[in-house]
Amino acid sequence: MHFVVCVKQVPATTSVQIDPKTGTLKREGVESIINPFDEYAIEEAIRLKERVGGKVTVITMGPPQAESVLREALSRGCDDAVLLTDRAFAGADTLATSYTLAKAIQMLPDPVDLIICGKQASDGDTAQVGPGIAERLDIPHVCYVRKIVEIKENYIKVERMLEDGVDVLEMSLPALITVVKEINTPRLPTLKGMIAAKKKQILRWSKESINAEEDKIGLTGSPTQVVKIFYPPARQGGERITGNDAKEIARKLLEKLHSCGIV
Amino acid sequence: MNKIEIILNKCTGCGLCIKACPYGAITLVNSPHTIESGRTVKQLAVIDLSKCTYCGACVEPCRYKAISLQKEVILITEDLKEYKNVWVYAEQRRGEISPVVFELIAKAKELAEKLSCKVCSVLLGYNIRNLATELIYYGSDIVYVIDDPVLQEFLDEPYAEVFSWLIREEKPEIVLIGATNIGRSFASRVAAKICTGLTADCTGLDIEPHTRNLLQTRPAFGGNVMATILTARHRPQMATVRHKVFKPLKKDTSRNGEIIERKFDFSKVKIRTKFLEFIKDTTAKVNLSEADIIVSGGRGLGGPEGFKLLEELADLLGGAVGASRAAVDAGWIPYSHQVGQTGRTVAPKLYIACGISGQIQHLVGMSSSEIIVAINKDPEAPMMKIATYSIEGDLYEIVPELIKSLKEAKNIQQL
Repeated sequence: MHFVVCVKQVPATTSVQIDPKTGTLKREGVESIINPFDEYAIEEAIRLKERVGGKVTVITMGPPQAESVLREALSRGCDDAVLLTDRAFAGADTLATSYTLAKAIQMLPDPVDLIICGKQASDGDTAQVGPGIAERLDIPHVCYVRKIVEIKENYIKVERMLEDGVDVLEMSLPALITVVKEINTPRLPTLKGMIAAKKKQILRWSKESINAEEDKIGLTGSPTQVVKIFYPPARQGGERITGNDAKEIARKLLEKLHSCGIV
Repeated sequence: MNKIEIILNKCTGCGLCIKACPYGAITLVNSPHTIESGRTVKQLAVIDLSKCTYCGACVEPCRYKAISLQKEVILITEDLKEYKNVWVYAEQRRGEISPVVFELIAKAKELAEKLSCKVCSVLLGYNIRNLATELIYYGSDIVYVIDDPVLQEFLDEPYAEVFSWLIREEKPEIVLIGATNIGRSFASRVAAKICTGLTADCTGLDIEPHTRNLLQTRPAFGGNVMATILTARHRPQMATVRHKVFKPLKKDTSRNGEIIERKFDFSKVKIRTKFLEFIKDTTAKVNLSEADIIVSGGRGLGGPEGFKLLEELADLLGGAVGASRAAVDAGWIPYSHQVGQTGRTVAPKLYIACGISGQIQHLVGMSSSEIIVAINKDPEAPMMKIATYSIEGDLYEIVPELIKSLKEAKNIQQL
């Protein structure tokens, strides 16, 4: 079977800090990493390959530097990698991004059985690109998958995580799923994998390579536009509650909460 | 086309713009040049256009007015004017309307007043006709109902298909959908189907007076930055909206509205997904996303037994139990309780954080809670610094006292 994983390079949020003086994001020295949610998607694809055989192709859209996330995916066991990089792709919102990725997936030489995405990217948090790709490719999708129960030729059974429980669903293949953290524990790249990944060729595709229509990609193809960015005022700390013993502290806290009309 | 430029003879290479850019698109390069004052400076700011989104965050912070940004002026064309009314997707499962729907109707009403148009709810499902009046009581002027056995269980394909069809038929100006798992999944499919913009997880909505555009504000970069987004050239303008941001209107059974039942021919729709069963989460008595009160535990609990205590407190308060990633990763509580960037975003009236230090990834998931109480041994923990009320101490001493006091208060009430 042919599994495709769509990944994104994002700034490492663990190191994102707010400058207390200016209230702005400190961007200097913030490294770029593979979107943490995509690690589960890569892991799941590799596990499926190990289970049923086949290969894993990893795709990303981004500036040339985004190649590093593809190398990382290769070092974890993905077989092929495609980097969609073109000045014309820049500024894409989720609609343009899903169009571009869908066009690229259609250009892959081997037919695709299952596309796996992380549930969302940690920088945009939209969770919109996965379902958008499925719609563009006219295939079914299920989001927030926490378990693949069964996979066979032309058939997959999954568990979808919802706020109040889990839906068990089946789909015909080809299909797309987005996965949540609960689905697996990603492996670390091995040294052998890293060496092998270095030697692998990464395909670089431009807008011409995927026959993209100019008005559907990048900023031009994006219906939404950011018009303003601002920094929310940082939440100010409040009152420290103290007392002689736990009993007194508990009483004081409940009085406070009571006066706010909560308890 | 949008255009952004660094004006060479104004840029002093001070680097202020680098700090302001949320996309990391600006860098300084060594490029000695002379500025207006005649001074020669060594460095120059350079914008990487492959990263720049023309958001304009860098323009104001530049003290030397060295960044020029020209935005494309977008005029609303005649066919966009055909679109009117504000829609709310009335998400229901098993005959129960999601509470976020009532919050959205209240906001939609405010937007509709500014636009002088109507609020319409769209109710999809099977045997759900009886829910339509409820939507009117909460503020809808019109309720579109599509009642069909195909829609018995939520599946992305038929739901997206019928909703897109109705949008094409009726041409709403704005479509609001709750940012639930279901809402976010199928709204994306609908937006791609009808080729319009969709803004995820909004926390602020308003109307730009002259253009009638919807100003959609949402957190980005894990909540560190807020972005306002427009869908200027496409209609409808679609947005998914977070829970608990807007207040529902009071239910008013004297409100009148129109219920319009529509039929849709599903015979040509490809439905390649099949619902098998629903397994209810029995560990959660109260839905975390909807809870008014959340008692949450982290690494400081020291083990799974700590959650028993938190559960008791949550029960007394009528709240839900949350957890930090550390507690979930340690296997003390299921992932469905996790609050934070990799878990759920919550905004209850009261969030009690017990033994949670407050990593940024956790804070972005709960910092819009109305009141935050932090109980922690470490007075320097980030959570203690943002909390409305902070208590330095052992949660195993404080929480039992809270439980005791609440029980006593309950007993008095019962007497």
